[in-house]
Amino acid sequence: MTERRLPEMLRSAVALGLVAVIGTALLSSVHGLTRDRIEAEERRVVRERLGQILPAGRFDNSPQDDVYQFTDATYFPGGQTVTAYRARQGEDPVAVVLRFRAIDGYNGDIQLLAGIDSNGTLTGVRVISHQETPGLGDAIETEKSDWVLGFVGKSLANPGVNAWTVRRDGGEFDQFTGATVTPRAVVLAVRDALQYFSRHRAELFSPPAKSEDS
Amino acid sequence: MNYGVIFRDAFWHRNTGLVVLLGLCPLLAVSGTVVNAVGLGLATTLTLLCSNLAVSSLRGLLRPEIRIPAFVLIIASAVTVIQLLMQAWFHDLYRVLGIFIPLIVTNCAIIGRAEAFASRNPPLAAAVDGLGTGLGFCLALVLLGALREITGYGTLFRQAALMLGEAGQSLQLTLIPEHPGFLLAILPPGAFIGLGLLIAGRNWLDARSGEKKARQAIGDAREAKA
Repeated sequence: MTERRLPEMLRSAVALGLVAVIGTALLSSVHGLTRDRIEAEERRVVRERLGQILPAGRFDNSPQDDVYQFTDATYFPGGQTVTAYRARQGEDPVAVVLRFRAIDGYNGDIQLLAGIDSNGTLTGVRVISHQETPGLGDAIETEKSDWVLGFVGKSLANPGVNAWTVRRDGGEFDQFTGATVTPRAVVLAVRDALQYFSRHRAELFSPPAKSEDS
Repeated sequence: MNYGVIFRDAFWHRNTGLVVLLGLCPLLAVSGTVVNAVGLGLATTLTLLCSNLAVSSLRGLLRPEIRIPAFVLIIASAVTVIQLLMQAWFHDLYRVLGIFIPLIVTNCAIIGRAEAFASRNPPLAAAVDGLGTGLGFCLALVLLGALREITGYGTLFRQAALMLGEAGQSLQLTLIPEHPGFLLAILPPGAFIGLGLLIAGRNWLDARSGEKKARQAIGDAREAKA
């Protein structure tokens, strides 16, 4: 029986191996064909996002290549790594975009981008991703409402640290009908980012750029 | 081999989403808008076409004991290739569909067609079956997407720019102006309710055409007697 079974098993193994080899060859060639384009598309997405919140025309470097990553458990809790994209005019720091998470949303983390001018004023805030309730908490998206645009021009001095929360908690920022947790999480996270910035401004701009992948 | 019959069977009589009820997870999750539905539907169709063709072409080589792992390899390769191509050419749509593109691998409709049809039929028939099954799934997705988008947002083809670039922006139709948004339709329960209505509608259509045929047959028999 073994004499008959063995070649059959061998044939099956070879056939399966052949399928695997063909599949792998196909995948690696498609990967090679699309790699540059996918990378370019991913860079475009980051560039467009940064372009939305950085002051246009005031910097001459490429912020997405001037990246610095750090951790800070006090201002950015939850074990997250913050990415800073730095905009400069020549050698002078102009603004920084921080990518971080608000960890106390209604449902999971809210990924945020906050652009901060070198004098500590917000140039813009955007939500990259979130899982807040559709129709209630998702008004933090620019497609749903203008709420997040209200951050432009705000700083720790305007409206003042104690007013950096939603109206229900005695602050300056609107909550949404039926949703207080989401905007509160965003406002507080942005406030913390500003506080980090005011304390670590020099550090943020000094370290040399590191590739985002490393 | 009657390709019309194969296609009609795969597309309508054995519709994956509305009759066989396979692949419900992506169907329910990605049917919030028509554009998302079309994106996932076409990606699934392409996967079915490729995997059915490959399985059918290799069917002489694949002995019964290795067919399942071979199917999995073929389907996973096809999906990964499509994922890479989408990432390169439809990047924004890819970001919206996200995890549901790689998850096409786990859509049991695909391995089901490989096992039940492609491994027993010649490549052309398998391709027709794959196309029919895929377009049938696409139909279910688009109908459910339209139902949910119209009731939920009052629009059709919103965010078409994700698929068609800037030209798609003008495609959005506002059917119900000043629509306040109907949350139930957008949330998961809306997907279940919508799917139930679609299945009921399909069954009603089938029952009606069945009745018509029966009446016609009786009429024919009477005429013959007379």
